[in-house]
Amino acid sequence: MTAEIGQLALCLALALALVQSASGLIGVRSPGAASVASGAATGLFVFVALAFGALTYAFVTSDFSVLDVANNSHTLKPLIYKITGVWGNHEGSMLLWVLVLAVYSAAIAFLGRGGVKLTAAALGVQGLLAFAFILFILFTSNPFLRLDPPPFEGAGLNPLLQDPGLAFHPPTLYIGYVGFSATFSYAAAALITGDSDAGWARAARPFMLIAWIALTLGIAGGSWWAYYTLGWGGFWFWDPVENASLMPWLIGTALLHSALATERTGAFRSWTLLLAIAAFSLSLIGTFLVRSGVLSSVHAFANDPARGVFILGMIGAAVLGALGLFAWRAPKLEGGTSFEPVSRETALLLNNVFLAAVTTAVFVGTLFPLFYRALTGRDLSVGPPYYALTFAPIFLGLLVLVPFGPRLAWRRGDLKEAARTLMPAMLAAIAAVFIVLSIVAPRMLLGVGAFVAVAWLVGMGCVRMARRSLWGIVVAAFFVVTSIAAIAMFARSTPHTFFAMGAFAIAAWVIAASVVDARSRRRSVFAPAAIAAILAHAGLGITLMGIAGTTLWRSEALQVLGPNESMTIDGYTLRLHGVYRVDGPNYQAARALIEVRENDRVIAAMAPEKRLYPAEQQDTTDTAIRSTGFSDLYVALGDERDGGKWVIRAYVNPLAPFIWAGAGVMALGGLAGLWGRLRIMFAPRLVPQAAE
Amino acid sequence: MTPKQRRRLAFASALVVAGAGAAALIIYALQDNVLYFYSPSDVSEKHIASGIAFRVGGLVEKNSVKHGAGATIHFVITDGRTQVPVDFTGVLPALFREGQGVVAMGALEPTGTFAASEILAKHDERYMPPEVVSALKRSGRWKEGQ
Repeated sequence: MTAEIGQLALCLALALALVQSASGLIGVRSPGAASVASGAATGLFVFVALAFGALTYAFVTSDFSVLDVANNSHTLKPLIYKITGVWGNHEGSMLLWVLVLAVYSAAIAFLGRGGVKLTAAALGVQGLLAFAFILFILFTSNPFLRLDPPPFEGAGLNPLLQDPGLAFHPPTLYIGYVGFSATFSYAAAALITGDSDAGWARAARPFMLIAWIALTLGIAGGSWWAYYTLGWGGFWFWDPVENASLMPWLIGTALLHSALATERTGAFRSWTLLLAIAAFSLSLIGTFLVRSGVLSSVHAFANDPARGVFILGMIGAAVLGALGLFAWRAPKLEGGTSFEPVSRETALLLNNVFLAAVTTAVFVGTLFPLFYRALTGRDLSVGPPYYALTFAPIFLGLLVLVPFGPRLAWRRGDLKEAARTLMPAMLAAIAAVFIVLSIVAPRMLLGVGAFVAVAWLVGMGCVRMARRSLWGIVVAAFFVVTSIAAIAMFARSTPHTFFAMGAFAIAAWVIAASVVDARSRRRSVFAPAAIAAILAHAGLGITLMGIAGTTLWRSEALQVLGPNESMTIDGYTLRLHGVYRVDGPNYQAARALIEVRENDRVIAAMAPEKRLYPAEQQDTTDTAIRSTGFSDLYVALGDERDGGKWVIRAYVNPLAPFIWAGAGVMALGGLAGLWGRLRIMFAPRLVPQAAE
Repeated sequence: MTPKQRRRLAFASALVVAGAGAAALIIYALQDNVLYFYSPSDVSEKHIASGIAFRVGGLVEKNSVKHGAGATIHFVITDGRTQVPVDFTGVLPALFREGQGVVAMGALEPTGTFAASEILAKHDERYMPPEVVSALKRSGRWKEGQ
């Protein structure tokens, strides 16, 4: 019975989505229709929630007469995985997607600012999206199909997904992906209503922030999940599906910055609209990549070409429709005020240029295999070295510029003053270089120290001379060229040390600049928006330190051990006590008991497992990680060998925890920004001026 | 030029310069950093030189998995027509199994053995890497609905 209720609710939701979109679009002209759209949005949310509840009920009660439940659940599964299993499969996860979309629609209807017309148009577009996705579910991925006769037992859930990480990862990512549907709808609404005072950007800001925060947490959570469940010791594999979540994040970040300028001074009006369209388009492309299985990926679900074609059609309609609307209406929008070449606006422009470039690099790398196969019929893949050559330099370049942005005033900034206030950050960067050197290559300390000292003195002299005469400029240019050559030679001879120095110098530069920024603000202007920028930028620096530390200084050991045999890694001695059979609720595990010694003192016992799930006939690895906060000792259990020996793989990943800590700080920054916005929205009188 | 036009021009030229730079970097990086995928038949037909990195995929041949010294493992990848012997040192993915689809990344040794640096197995029982499907289709081993 519940499946039929769910099916009926979903059909009613489809009808309501149509009502919402029609009345919303008509509502641009007539206020009566606009209120109908709000009502329809509420109804849409209620009915989608009902459908989702029905499916959840079927999963919890293990109703195997529902095909989706029979294919993806099992009576022996713990309750938590019965619930999270609802979105651990294609059909259920699409229903979750629509539920999140409906929540955003209702939020626009009730909390939407920016006037009746804008809200109505945004609801209209949002309704169209909901209509398309519900249609997609009903036609290609109906979770309520019945199975007759019902099997006695379900097929179980992919064991890799039976993990607490799954409870949070997909919903968080979806709140992020789908959150950009709200900014997309507002952008389209602005184009439809011809809103020229950038009110749409202000109305869309909370949604933009929620989407960005959720996506930040979702990506970080997914990377953490991969880190501890796959047993490969890595946190990012440049897998197409990882890239699919990274691209909307990058463009979403660009959008957050660009929309700031649009709201404040009216600059980049069209560009901001375009970014809002691009962010959601990339979310849709991400869905297409995950759901269609066209690319070889660890995430690919069982594939069905019909789904891929349907989603591709939806992407085409949404993207082309929005771009057409943009081409038609954007030229009619009025321009904003002007700004000087040195200003906050220019800094935000550079931010956007870099982020657009880095997104392009990821986009090409991700989709190149698809185009290549379409053109030549041959398969190839683009690996991590490609991203190391493209993503890393562009993104590091962006990070070098980040500290200047908050130091420059709107419209007309003072670069000299900014450089002066950033001097402590500069010193922190130089200090980072020497700290890294003293750890990894103390012998080079003297040489590099001499180079920096000479470069500093000569550089200062050159600046002074260049101000006085033409010859000074020639000498300065010569000096710049020779020092770049010297640095390049150094980079060629010891690339490893060079990258470590560079990455940590940039990380220290960004973090110290955030501290400078925080210290320079008087309490009266310590607005949430400023806190947001400080935290988000500092978090980026922290994450960079984590990535650089793990990538450059990881140690790895692989050995076959019998009981009471040991292996060593990076100062730790791991002694295998033995491997024991342990039974879980729906799996059998081989659990290794490993004693960890450091300097002949036992410091920990670790128990990595290898689990077999009989219902699904699959193995998973359950790694053991011991973190000091600065470094992770990571142990995975491999296969059994002859004579009761086992393959053991161990890593020491220095600074790995910083990767996720930094992401957490970034998300906190987003929350600070969101809090500031909501405060302005709901208690405008408390805040005399929308201080930015 | 009005300030507005000047701003537009600055914006457009910044985009063009960045776009050109990014494009140059992307093309340069793509030239040397793509890995071609070959089926076992391709490997024997194309006489790929040893030391060139590529990916090979197919099914793990039944009864071919043998443990070597230390953590090394030997197995054979087949597309039903041709076989490629593979050496791998490390921890196999949890879903690696005889008779199942697999993709190995690495290079050929002068002896003709494929030294794999990384092994990717499928993620769940219903999923097969698309390259493996097309390799099996080309060798006639793929049955629709499999």
